[in-house]
Amino acid sequence: MIPAAFEYYRPKDMDGVLSILAEHGDDARVMAGGHSLIPMMKLRMADVPHLIDLQDVAGLSGIEVDGGQIRIGAMVTQHDIIDHADLTAAAPILREAALQIADPQVRYMGTVGGNVANGDPGNDMPGLMQCLDAQFTVVGTDGERTIAARDFYEAAYMTAREDEEVLTSVTFAAPKGGYAYEKQKRKIGDYATAAAAVQIVRDGDICTEASIAMTNLSDTPIYSEAAGAALIGTMVDAAALTAAVNAMLGDIDPTEDNRGPIAFKKHVAGVILRRAIERAWSRA
Amino acid sequence: MKDDVTSREERVENLKGMGCSRKRVEDARFTQGKGNYVDDIKLDGMLFGDFVRSPYAHARIKNIDTSAALEVPGVLAVLTAKDLEPLGLHWMPTLAGDKQMVLADGKVLFQGQEVAFVVAEDRYAAADGIEAVEVDYEELPVIVDPFEALTSDVVLREDLVAEDGSLPDGAHGPRKHHNHIFTWEAGDKDPTFDTIDAAEVVAEETMYYHRTHPCPLETCGSVASMDKVNGKLTLWGTFQAPHAIRTVVSLISGIEEHNIRVISPDIGGGFGNKVGAYPGYVCTVVASIVTGKPVKWIEDRMDNLMTTAFARDYWMKGRISATKDGKITGLHCHVTADHGGFDACADPTKFPAGFMNICTGSYDIPTAYLEVDGVYTNKAPGGVSYRCSFRVTEAVYFIERMIEVLAIELNMDAAELRRINFIRKEQFPYTAALGWEYDSGDYHTAWDKALSTVDYDGLRAEQAERVEAFKRGETRSLMGIGLSFFTEIVGAGPVKNCDILGLGMFDSCEIRIHPTGSAIARLGTISQGQGHATTFAQILASEIGLPADSITIEEGDTDTAPYGLGTYGSRSTPVAGAATAMAGRKIRAKAQMIAAYLLEVHDDDVEFDVDRFVVKGAPERFKTMKEIAFAAYNQAIPGIEPGLEAVSYYDPPNMTYPFGAYVCVMDIDVDTGVTDIRRFYALDDCGTRINPMIIEGQVHGGLTEALAVALGQEIAYDDMGNVKTGTLMDFFLPTAWEVPNYETDYTVTPSPHHPIGAKGVGESPHVGGVPCFSNAVQDAFRAFGLRHTNMPHDHWRIWKTANELGLHDMS
Amino acid sequence: MSNKQHYKLTVNGKQEEFLAEPRELLIYTLRERLNITGPHIGCETSHCGACTVTIDGKSVKACTMFVAQADGKDITTIEGIGNPDALHPLQTAFKEHHGLQCGYCTPGMITRATKLLEENPTPTEEDIRFGMAGNICRCTGYQNIVKSIQAAAAEMNAAKEAAE
Repeated sequence: MIPAAFEYYRPKDMDGVLSILAEHGDDARVMAGGHSLIPMMKLRMADVPHLIDLQDVAGLSGIEVDGGQIRIGAMVTQHDIIDHADLTAAAPILREAALQIADPQVRYMGTVGGNVANGDPGNDMPGLMQCLDAQFTVVGTDGERTIAARDFYEAAYMTAREDEEVLTSVTFAAPKGGYAYEKQKRKIGDYATAAAAVQIVRDGDICTEASIAMTNLSDTPIYSEAAGAALIGTMVDAAALTAAVNAMLGDIDPTEDNRGPIAFKKHVAGVILRRAIERAWSRA
Repeated sequence: MKDDVTSREERVENLKGMGCSRKRVEDARFTQGKGNYVDDIKLDGMLFGDFVRSPYAHARIKNIDTSAALEVPGVLAVLTAKDLEPLGLHWMPTLAGDKQMVLADGKVLFQGQEVAFVVAEDRYAAADGIEAVEVDYEELPVIVDPFEALTSDVVLREDLVAEDGSLPDGAHGPRKHHNHIFTWEAGDKDPTFDTIDAAEVVAEETMYYHRTHPCPLETCGSVASMDKVNGKLTLWGTFQAPHAIRTVVSLISGIEEHNIRVISPDIGGGFGNKVGAYPGYVCTVVASIVTGKPVKWIEDRMDNLMTTAFARDYWMKGRISATKDGKITGLHCHVTADHGGFDACADPTKFPAGFMNICTGSYDIPTAYLEVDGVYTNKAPGGVSYRCSFRVTEAVYFIERMIEVLAIELNMDAAELRRINFIRKEQFPYTAALGWEYDSGDYHTAWDKALSTVDYDGLRAEQAERVEAFKRGETRSLMGIGLSFFTEIVGAGPVKNCDILGLGMFDSCEIRIHPTGSAIARLGTISQGQGHATTFAQILASEIGLPADSITIEEGDTDTAPYGLGTYGSRSTPVAGAATAMAGRKIRAKAQMIAAYLLEVHDDDVEFDVDRFVVKGAPERFKTMKEIAFAAYNQAIPGIEPGLEAVSYYDPPNMTYPFGAYVCVMDIDVDTGVTDIRRFYALDDCGTRINPMIIEGQVHGGLTEALAVALGQEIAYDDMGNVKTGTLMDFFLPTAWEVPNYETDYTVTPSPHHPIGAKGVGESPHVGGVPCFSNAVQDAFRAFGLRHTNMPHDHWRIWKTANELGLHDMS
Repeated sequence: MSNKQHYKLTVNGKQEEFLAEPRELLIYTLRERLNITGPHIGCETSHCGACTVTIDGKSVKACTMFVAQADGKDITTIEGIGNPDALHPLQTAFKEHHGLQCGYCTPGMITRATKLLEENPTPTEEDIRFGMAGNICRCTGYQNIVKSIQAAAAEMNAAKEAAE
């Protein structure tokens, strides 16, 4: 498995990145950890004549937990997330999810930016960021703009980011209440058969806020507003759980693959969500 | 007379002979990154070759345009069938007596088939060259279902149909249809059918043992170097049988065998994948002859999974009959065997379905009949024995499932059903209804030990409680108790009935004792992780009384090693291990004469004692083997040639029959299909135990491969013949996270015909493990009416079983 | 060949400089250019871990990194972990506890384990199984690998205590 030849660039700043992107358009791609892109290039399923390595670009690798706001640079790795005590204290769902991604070596290289920007429906971070209602900052020659995670994904590998833009960071408000990232997979290193990200706020016995997103159950991550709404105002009892699951099932659209047929995936999606809600509620 | 301060126990310990957990001598280089695998070989001017492969499963090749590829910088040559034809190398014989295209000759028969071989200065240029080769295909109808193949008008192998449309016999006799390869029978059809028809109870089941792949961590590869000055060809490669490869290369290339040197360096796991001969090996040889330079070819993982050596793919239909109190009276098995586009099964010639006729298992079944139909489809060729003797995993899976199904039919406990049907200890040697003579066994003792260790009755009680709790809605988890009792048949084999391509399946050992009392022994086998350098030295240490640490074991170089048929089918210990012991005994016999001379007594007046010969009745008078070795070379002894060497070629009188009793306890999440192996107990009886540490390691590894096969590992195709499981994302190799700890145990029932009583162990845990894991899954659902469901038991298939049993309506 | 660039790496403490195409995969740089053949190639899609090396303190699968990405980095392979006169405790433990069979996964396995023990000197069995899940072994069933790593951890901790 040998990729086609390419020109390699390792610019030191974002202006350098943007000018190469501007020059080569579709023929250029940025690469963070490379653990999605490189296998595709090796299989010659991705043709990248101009490869821009972001590793030296300043300012992309910080984690900032400031008051209620969290900012994660695009080059922050899954390993960095797992290792970051302040982040874990502020948003523990990130660590719980990151630990369920790939394996230790891949987590050293796999980045948040790569995971969310790639648009691969199998990636875990996009659904998680939708659950957290994160904002993605992208920068282009016309400057910076932010796009909500919930608006970012259009189809598999198709996102609201323009080809000449680079995703630089992810920001979100520190989540409140209970959390759970629940994922069923066949083995370490696999994508999810179904995964659910859940954040729940509880006031007494009543759920006051709920955010739910699902992974690998459509060609994009699925933020299921209806599923969250089904919990709000309830005691998260059996009826509410069933309502949330049913609402979620109305939003997803899984396809058959080696992990199983559609009916199975829908069933597992329901089970996984139910478990995620129960766990999140117990932590709320 | 001399002082000897070491006690006998210490002398035994110093030898590190049979029975001790000697640490492995191989490990020093492997733990320091100094192994030498085929891809580590780097020769001056070495070129790199790789294949253009077919994206289609069945297509006619209308044209191959290599011109653009030849323009790619660094590309030196592109070989196609047209280039190989004048050399007679565009087709090669398979181990099963079929012919396989080396490079596609007019059409392709499976996805990934080798179409052209690009030779370049390095692997990058080769890869670019492959991209630039243009092949014009005309797609043909694809058949991936063997039953469809047997009724289809589509002819997969035009080369096997005569011009008048008649079907010439294949390598194994008459053929019934143009996509049919052979019919092979064992046992007595009419008496078996009569018995089953008249029986009080009959259980029938059809099961599919899915296609999978041995997938060693190192893929296949070779380096060929043709020295045109001296006319010598050296071929390094991932060969489980280097001598057989030398003979085959000689036969197909016309190069005399003495001018071919085949070397198997360190091999990164084989498990059956590296028994066969592959187009890549042939192409490196041809490319080296053409270019005059060394040429390397190494498969990538996708190539490996898609093209070299699948395993299983057996559709098995069984009927088993019994009295109403559970005594089995007859067994009938019919197999439809999917062999893919070529019949490349690695089986002894007379056994086109391997030893599938061991399918009466560990049971005293008076009458049985087996019939196997081999079929061509548009899938990759292979049919190797993945960590088992030839088709034994299929046979054991079949009988261990049929026993479970019969237990259901009889409403009887499956452990008890096994117990009342085991071949009894006093029946050995036991001739089974399908012909094999089992050498030794004590099944009842092993079974009772296994069941009592795991508290079988307690487990059944717990399981019954779980079922009740499930029915009451208190849990969504079920508990499965997997049982299996297996008898392997390994150590192929007696030359009278076992050969591959006419090569008798003996094996060999040659020993040279050095004057200072150390030694080198060379064998016809080749380790792929089994630790031969450690264990064969232990056998020798015990036989000749020199410390194992003073004995080098060398394998894999056909210029130095004696001829042998290699390592697979757990044959190394039964065959080469026996040759080692026998060669050691020849050394000892000569040493006895030398000792007697030195001690000035008659030959019969000395006896061997651990590491020396002593005068009978006077243990203070002795000569150590070290002293004898020195004398053998340096003292003129009347009537005895100088030197101390021996060779043994061992043709085993029979196979060996290791056996074992396994129990698996598994919890199953009914809603997600996720399984959790709570406990796995494995009792193995491999006869005399040479190195318990290595035996235990083999059991752990074999069980893990069994777990993979039973719970998810498969080579799956879609209707177009596309491989759906071509990378390790989808082809299941468990990590440390998915694997439990295993409890190992043993009994020892030596083989009566093997010089040291050893039977072989490497494959037992796989053979016994697959039905054990599968039975655990199926047993969990027995209370809800499940009779049988096919492997692999991955999440969705388990979920589907639960769903079809209505268990999701109960949540 | 075209497009060759100048690269500098430190491998096992030794500075290496050479010209290569950027697409050259680090595993081939090590194995074919620098003759460091301890790290192996098993899957090529970053699943098996046979190619694991340590780069600037991270366990990395060298089959999924271009040499261009590795330019300027400090790399340790199995060859840099111990030597015949001073084996790393993991190398000793793998032999003592039969933590390998065919040896093909072993360099990656041990290289990864050095990092695991650096980050967690007292791992539980579960920690080891999770922390080693990026390395596939086809032979051992992992049980003795886990045992080897536990033994090495104990040995290293005892040595550290003795030194203090």
